[in-house]
Amino acid sequence: MNSAWIVVAVVGVVTIAFKAAGPVLIGRRALPPHVQSVVDLLAPVMLIALVVTQTFGGDEEITVDARVAGVGAAVVAIWLRAHVIVAMAVAAAVTALVRLVA
Amino acid sequence: MTDVPDAKPRIRDGMRAALPLAPSPILFGLSYGVLADATGFGAAAAVVMSATTFAGASQFASVSVLDAGGTVAAAVLAAVFLNARYVAISVTISSIFPGGRLRRLVEAQTIVDESWALSGRRGRFEWPILIGSGLVFYVLWVGSTALGTVLGGVLEDPNALGLDAAFAALFLALAVPYLRDPRSRQAAALAAVITLVLTPFAPAGVPIIAASGACLLGLRR
Repeated sequence: MNSAWIVVAVVGVVTIAFKAAGPVLIGRRALPPHVQSVVDLLAPVMLIALVVTQTFGGDEEITVDARVAGVGAAVVAIWLRAHVIVAMAVAAAVTALVRLVA
Repeated sequence: MTDVPDAKPRIRDGMRAALPLAPSPILFGLSYGVLADATGFGAAAAVVMSATTFAGASQFASVSVLDAGGTVAAAVLAAVFLNARYVAISVTISSIFPGGRLRRLVEAQTIVDESWALSGRRGRFEWPILIGSGLVFYVLWVGSTALGTVLGGVLEDPNALGLDAAFAALFLALAVPYLRDPRSRQAAALAAVITLVLTPFAPAGVPIIAASGACLLGLRR
């Protein structure tokens, strides 16, 4: 079994359990407030960490290359309230263009 | 069930409510299929993941971590941390599910951010809206993932096209709504610093997992 399938299996089972956690186990009770506030921060924290590695990550080094231009263009697109798909297309196009020229 | 009209919504009302939002899962599903196939994650794995995990951001995260050379453990943890919010989401909506545990487990799989938001838009959570809209999103998500993997097979060198930067743009766009809250901004900034500092020293994937520690800022009063 290759790594993609292991990821599919484990993430699938865990996510199914997460979605069922409330309806199956918890019923009408609420999460304790301190647990709730930690869980609330997980999504933004993970997303920004992914932005950083996806933009600057290299093979155990920080690299500044065509991706930075592409992500910079995407920042402008997002700031101008472009749709997510448009922002992704802008990032890919600018990065590809810089790679072509460089 | 009779056809007497009343204020109670039906599953088909939930399906109708989902239609204006349909472009989003279609376009996301297509791009997930394209990226998963182009980066070597595999077409079948992508479609099965859409059908079981059914949570977009985490699926993109797994593909991107593996594509960046991260380990299986890092790809799993990144996705699991992203989906932890579904514990909180499912708790908010847990009281609307009828029936026994098995039925509730199955029906809870219709929970995604969009179906959850739609089901609560009349001030209280409504089961038929959740089920109807969740079913529509599920079919669109799995179907467009499959279609995307077909389209992705046409691409030869995905990174020459800048798809790596497209991942970054996606995660950034998904993060923006959270960043209106000051505490989320602080935690996100700390996560960015942790990731940058660890990147030169730690294997791919590890800096992201370490950055998840920034969510402990939530314990502060």
